Formats: sequence, C-alpha cells, structure tokens
Amino acid sequence: MIEVKGLVKNYGSKRAVDNVSFTVNRGDILGFLGPNGAGKSTTMKMLTGFLRPTAGTALVNGHDVTRDPVAVKRQLGYLPESAPAYGEMTVAEFLAFIAETRGYRARSEKLARVNRALDLTQLQSVRTQTIETLSKGYKQRVGFAQALLHDPAVLVLDEPTDGLDPNQKNEVRTLIKKMAAEKAVVLSTHILEEVEALCTRVIIISQGKVVADETPEALHARQPGARLDSIFRSLTQSDR
Amino acid sequence: MSQITPVFKREFLGYFRSPVAYVFLVVFLVASVGLAFFVGQFFRANQASLESYFVFHPWLFLFLIPAVGMRLWSEEKRSGTIELLFTLPLTTLEAVLGKFLAAWTFLALAILLSFPMAITVGYLGQPDWGVIASGYLGSILMAGAYLGVCSLTSALTKNQVVSFVLSVLACLVLVFLGWSVFNSALSAVLPVWAVDLVANFSFVTHFDSFTKGIIDPKDVAFFLSLTGFTLFLNVVALER
Repeated sequence: MIEVKGLVKNYGSKRAVDNVSFTVNRGDILGFLGPNGAGKSTTMKMLTGFLRPTAGTALVNGHDVTRDPVAVKRQLGYLPESAPAYGEMTVAEFLAFIAETRGYRARSEKLARVNRALDLTQLQSVRTQTIETLSKGYKQRVGFAQALLHDPAVLVLDEPTDGLDPNQKNEVRTLIKKMAAEKAVVLSTHILEEVEALCTRVIIISQGKVVADETPEALHARQPGARLDSIFRSLTQSDR
Repeated sequence: MSQITPVFKREFLGYFRSPVAYVFLVVFLVASVGLAFFVGQFFRANQASLESYFVFHPWLFLFLIPAVGMRLWSEEKRSGTIELLFTLPLTTLEAVLGKFLAAWTFLALAILLSFPMAITVGYLGQPDWGVIASGYLGSILMAGAYLGVCSLTSALTKNQVVSFVLSVLACLVLVFLGWSVFNSALSAVLPVWAVDLVANFSFVTHFDSFTKGIIDPKDVAFFLSLTGFTLFLNVVALER
C-alpha cells in the first residue's frame, strides 16, 4: 500500500534523509525509530506530500506523491508532530472543517463523520471547547480524530503518543491496533516499549539512513538476551 | 476549485472567532470616518459627496491592510497548521485563493460599513450616487491589491512583525510613486513622460479617478493584475 523508493532530502548542503526505501502492506504497523534529528519526521513529511523530495518518490495505493500529491493526500490520514490545529476553533468546528475539505459537504454526512471521529477518540465531552483551552492529551486526540475522520486506507502518525499519560497511551495503542487490520499504519516514536507492544515491523533510521528493517523479534535476535534499548543504542551510536 | 469554499469559510469565520474582527472594524471605521470629518473637512467642504472620505484610503490602507494580511500565512507557519493544511487534499492555489478571498471579503465588509456616511450625504443634499458607487468599487479593488502584497510578504516569513514591516514598506513604495509631492519633486530632475511612467505604478494614481466617478478599464486592470501577480508569487513562495 505504501511504497517508498529512494527518498532523499537535502537542506542546503546537509543531507537529512539519505536514500530511504521501504514498503508497508495492509495490516502492517510499521514503527519508525531513530534518535531525534535522524530524519523520521522529514521522511514522513515527504511521504505525505508536505515536503518535496530532493530525489526518489513514494507511492500510496499506486498514486505517486511527486506527480499527483492531491490523490495521495486523499488516501492518507496524517497526524503531524505535536498535532497542530486552529486554536480559536472548537473541536466540533475544526473537525467539520476537515470533513468539508475531505469532501463531506452534505450536513448529515458531515455530522455523522464528525461524530464518529469524536466517538473513536472519546472527545464528545469537549466538542464545544475551543482547542486552545484543551490540555496536551486532548489536543493530541483532536489531531488523531482529524487523521481518522475519512477512514483512510493509510495512516501516518508522527509521535502519536507524545505527551500523553500512561492511560491515554494505552488507549491510543488499543485504537491503533483495532484499526490496523484493514489499514497500513506508519508511526514514528522514540519509545521502545511501544514498538514491542504495537508494531509488526521496525525500521531504525540513523543519520538519514535505514540501519535496520525487520520484525521486533528479529531485532531481538540480533543480540539474544539484550534489552531493545541497548540494541537500539548499538545501531545508532554512530550519531555520537 | 471547489476546495476553495471550506478554506474561505474557515478563514472568514476565523476573524470573528477572535477579537481581531471587532478591533479591526472599530479602528477602521473610527479612523476612516474621523479623517473625513476632522482632516478632510467633510462638513465645511459643503459638498454632497464622499470624496473627503475616500481620499484618505490609500494612506489608511497602508497600515490597516498589513495588519489584516500579516497573519494570513505567518500564523499558519508559526503554529504549524500549515502542515495540516497542505496535507489535506487541496492545491496550493486553492489554499491561497481561499484565504485571500476571505480576507478581501472581510475588508470589503469594513469599507461598506461606512454606509451611514453615504446616507448622511443623501439626507443633507443630492449626491451623485454613481460617483459614490465608483468610490466604493475603487476602494475595494485597491484593498485587494494591497492585500495581495501583504499576503505575499506574509508567506515569506513565520514572524508576523517582519511580515507587517515588509508589507508596509512595499505598500509605501506603491503609494509614494504617485504622491503629488513626490512627483513634483521628481519632475525637477526627470522629463514629464518619465514621471508619468513612475506614477503609473502607484495605487494613488489609479485610485484618484474612481473617487471622481470615472471607472477606467485601465485602472481596474491595474488593480486586478497587481492582485493576480502577487497571488501568483504567493503560490510560488509557498511551493518553494
């Protein structure tokens, strides 16, 4: 469903992402791991059509992100890092705006979509609050609701559990797992336990390059008996 | 192009969700009407016309339109919502037009809210309604051109102050080129045709005839093409 082919991104003379390739199929939950600044967010921004790649491309459901970005954006639900939203709008107004841009213009259809997203993310209690008055956990869930609203085939989540308390983290993971069966999910994180709890595959990226692409079990098998964070450290230590 | 509608709606209603709209409308009306009464000698001129109201618009717009335009893109960049907006299924052109048209409609509303002035003139004398209508048309067209410039400078930075200063400077040049004081100083060193050429790039030159009741297609074309050109550059700046 997602096919990333040789993505490269240069910022001036600095290469932020260096020839990253991978594929994600339906039912996969791909964990994107790496130290801060390794190029996780940049890769996701190129995959979702926000940034133009210096070289390479990504296909989502057969649509090429460099040729037809709007078609790719229709297939995708994207939660950007730190879940930006228009703070002066209420939760319901904001989701109604997203519904309209996603093509649900009829009143009843729009309302049904918004309500479904509010139910999935348990936001009904704050639907008439303005987003700027919400706590970080709620804001993150608004970002989630926005990404899920059109029931996309592909979900791209940049640090979906960032800033949530342990209970909320658990809820979000349950939600992702529940939906993953009929979707392809890519999520970035730097919480290693999350990868073990959630992901069917792991990609570790360091200094813009893919250094590992395998199942969590295979990653464990690299150093039998070692904890995941020490394996992570040995794979990415060239950063220091 | 149908994607313009939700963007327009969100942006336009956004003014009224924050104090921006109310503060701006009050300041604009107090300043524009105040100038007409106290500086323009609205009553002492003893004429049933709104010329003393419209004549200050190029100067008033110089500060008030950058105040509306500065946040158009800077705010999206600062808060990160630009990432959200450009991963929704819409093109850059649709987003630029939606936001521009919303701000323009808001400005047109501010200008048209001075209608009690027109009613006063109609009550006190027999004004030429055609001249008043062309004054309003010219003022709204000129506001569009100012706003185009401001929208462009706003797309260049995420800092609203920088955006404001840049747009005031750009608009100042476009006003000064046609200011009679500047032109007579210029005619001391340059031949008449050269002064005319310079003056042709000014808001003031093209706005004057509207306040006298003349709707010249050349003037309409000037404002519309300046608006179109700045919006084109705006798209280029965002896609960079």
